[in-house]
Amino acid sequence: MRVCALSKTSIKQEFLRTHSIDDNFKKNLEYLLSYGVSAGADLVEIFIENIDNMGFLVEQDTVTSVTPSLGKGIGIRVFLGSRDGFVSTNDLSKSGLIFALDQALGMLGLQNFSNSTNSFDGLKKLKDYSSEKNSYMTKCPSIQESTNKVLKATNLLHKHGSHISVRRGSYSKTLQEVIVASSDGTYAKDLRLYQSIGLNVLALDREYRSSIGRRIGSAGKPSTLIDWNPEDTAIEITESAKKMLYAKYVNAGQMPAVLANKFGGVIFHEACGHLLETTQIERGTTPFNHELGKQIANEAVTAVDEGHTEGAFGSINIDDEGMETQRTVLIEKGILKRFLSDRAGELRTGHKRTGSGRRQSYAFAAASRMRNTYIEKGPYSPNNLIESIDRGIYCKSMGGGSVGATGQFNFSVEEGYLIRNGKLTDPVKGATLIGEAVDIMPRISMCANDLDLAAGFCGSVSGNINVTVGQPHIKVDSITVGGR
Amino acid sequence: MENKNNLINEFKLKDKLTFLSKNININKWDLGATLGEDTSVQIDKGEPKQLKASQKSSITLRVWNKNNSVGITSTSDLSDPGLKKALDSALIASDYGNISESPEFSPASQSTLPDNIRPIKDSIGINKLVSKLIEAEKSLINSHKSIKSVPYNGFAESKFERLYINSEGASRYMKGTQASLYLFARAVEDGRKARSSGSIKIGYGADEIDIESCIKEASSKTLDHLNYKPIKTGRYLICFKPEAFLDLITSFSNIYNARSIIDGISLSTKESLGKYLATDILCVDDDGLHKSNYGASTFDGEGTPTQKIEIIKDGVLVNFIHSEATARKFGANPTGHAGIGAKVSVSPDWPVIYKSKDKKSQFPNLNYINSKETFILVESLNALHAGVKASQGSFSLPFDGWIVDNGIKTSIESATIAGDFIQVLKNIIQIEDKLHDTHQGVSPHIWIKELTVTGDK
Repeated sequence: MRVCALSKTSIKQEFLRTHSIDDNFKKNLEYLLSYGVSAGADLVEIFIENIDNMGFLVEQDTVTSVTPSLGKGIGIRVFLGSRDGFVSTNDLSKSGLIFALDQALGMLGLQNFSNSTNSFDGLKKLKDYSSEKNSYMTKCPSIQESTNKVLKATNLLHKHGSHISVRRGSYSKTLQEVIVASSDGTYAKDLRLYQSIGLNVLALDREYRSSIGRRIGSAGKPSTLIDWNPEDTAIEITESAKKMLYAKYVNAGQMPAVLANKFGGVIFHEACGHLLETTQIERGTTPFNHELGKQIANEAVTAVDEGHTEGAFGSINIDDEGMETQRTVLIEKGILKRFLSDRAGELRTGHKRTGSGRRQSYAFAAASRMRNTYIEKGPYSPNNLIESIDRGIYCKSMGGGSVGATGQFNFSVEEGYLIRNGKLTDPVKGATLIGEAVDIMPRISMCANDLDLAAGFCGSVSGNINVTVGQPHIKVDSITVGGR
Repeated sequence: MENKNNLINEFKLKDKLTFLSKNININKWDLGATLGEDTSVQIDKGEPKQLKASQKSSITLRVWNKNNSVGITSTSDLSDPGLKKALDSALIASDYGNISESPEFSPASQSTLPDNIRPIKDSIGINKLVSKLIEAEKSLINSHKSIKSVPYNGFAESKFERLYINSEGASRYMKGTQASLYLFARAVEDGRKARSSGSIKIGYGADEIDIESCIKEASSKTLDHLNYKPIKTGRYLICFKPEAFLDLITSFSNIYNARSIIDGISLSTKESLGKYLATDILCVDDDGLHKSNYGASTFDGEGTPTQKIEIIKDGVLVNFIHSEATARKFGANPTGHAGIGAKVSVSPDWPVIYKSKDKKSQFPNLNYINSKETFILVESLNALHAGVKASQGSFSLPFDGWIVDNGIKTSIESATIAGDFIQVLKNIIQIEDKLHDTHQGVSPHIWIKELTVTGDK
């Protein structure tokens, strides 16, 4: 019988006390790792996570919710050949961790009969990526300062907007401490600071409605909220809401499209990026499996997934398997160069790890995921792209998107304009862009010179993670636009 | 009394919080907790691919400070220091509570809970989950030569416990078990694009999941999409399958959500009650304790009993769903749809859609199996998070489905469907009689006069 009644949990001593990463902590980790290895596991990995989050919501001119959350837990993954078993738990007592490890071993038909450490050489010296980050929390603004800044922002929405019926601002600050220890000797620690600021409006006039939002996100940059200029964002949002309020629904059909920079990069993320993760090769759901070295996109396209882009929302120093991240060129001048791979991906597909093993939390096993993904800039100005189109659509601001089991992607257009004779004309709403990567990638024929990045959240096999998408303005020669 | 089989001991937790809160002069608090143990497996070509288990606990703690302002903290750390830290954090957060709309304890938090006797099933264990899923994968692949793989599959079982307690003596507890199986096949024919579809089954325990019917359904649904073609963009007569219509109504549940109305992001207002929202043949209830809701909870985040609420009757909006705070503002009773928070969220439980007994549809003979009309049968809607503009009332969504002409079904290669949800409700021309229990609610097939479909042709 499982023993984890609250009364018992609460009196148990934590076996892995993360507030003191000392020799004893290391010894206890080694005990668990050798326990797994001596049972016959090829590799045992322990991921420890401490989370300290604070978020709040401002509606109109009032703080309506402050929501701190705290959490800690451990994910234990055991490999045998290309198979793996994964167990996560909040119970950090010795008995709780042994129970979890036994469960993971049992999934692979392994049992521990010995506490011998013979088959395990011990952990290497700790690679501590957190040592210069301990001041993160003290450098971030206080709750009072933070709420004041966002209250100012929602007030500016009122000042600059017309017909604005709902104004919302949100802020979230997460400090994530991660420690990764594996029986291949990996022993690493990092401290990650993520912040995101959201600002949204709903404009309303009789039967007309428009909703516009913007999100700013950063990693490892305590001054994000202090540096943010809420007036610029408020003006941008209210102007967009005003233009979209009376916009007509777009007519459906096939047409050329220009996608704006920043969050326009979601097209590459959804259309192609996911198909370059080794998890898709494992499932047999990517059309690019045997295309390395081949032309899969227009030669105008060079695409990169970068592990660490200064301040960008998807940035990490080490991935969630303890590997230092790297800059991975995925596509160079249209030719497929590399897949994104994690430990399981390397075992199962042969593609070398790229520092892309990521997970939402300790409760998920890591999987190959994107980090900061963007299309490189090209030689044109954004106007060159628009001027090259007689009749088409300009997608200034994108909503979210997704990719299905057969590679079909879609994403919504939050703010769009018709292009007529090389010029932007009427605003249009209700557009959805759909297609398949193999068809669309060769149709990205022009890239402008204004590469910029935007923060986003990506949900997939290992949960929701922070990512950055990005691109310059790009032209797609023809794409299906869903509308009315 | 402590039950050794339970994951949590609510009595000790209550004692502990009473003690810890007194130390920091908090007299009023409540708490919602969820604890669970899950096991899940995935298979790839006859081999276990990923096997997972988890033990998880999560609590949300609310405190009222001396100004009756509310602060909360969520934590997964149920140790003494963890609870103390959470209480301290909630007390700090209470300084920022919204005094103009401060939640209170639900007046129904100590009322009698409904009878909701659900079986507690024993775990079958990970090895049986694996062997059953391997067999299921094999059977599905063998069911047709075009089915090459089952890229998305999973078999899972879990047990969970939920708890609500407050400093005024409310004490709610429930436990349950649940199991789920999903199989999504991928079929490929020479020179044609890959097609995919699948099936999901849910039950109280893994042993009672009807694996055979899941395999058959996944196979027939996938094969039904092999013969595909692009369609022309245009306006079509639409028939939504139950799952698709339930997705749509859940996405726009702000129309009957009192929290959304107060926040100004609903398509309804307080004055919408009693007015026609849909054609008069539409009836919608929210019935969290419906037999098809395997994960049913007997109480909500504030301890209010779960109950059946009539939402739309003969096309008229008759009730909103409420938390304690929204009910107080509307002069109504809490309906058992609340979360727990400083600002309490409200969300639907289990929509049950059916045809009015008293009103007649305009086209009673429309039937998705026999009708000779040309129509589009929408099987499932995709990417709801991206294509639904809930506060604007509009949607533009990719979908899987068929064009049906004179009774002959042809799968649609790739298309989106777009419209305004209120117009959809007002253009319902037929609701079929047969109700289908799904994993997200209950609904019959529902016919809409016309919607725009964008195709690739």
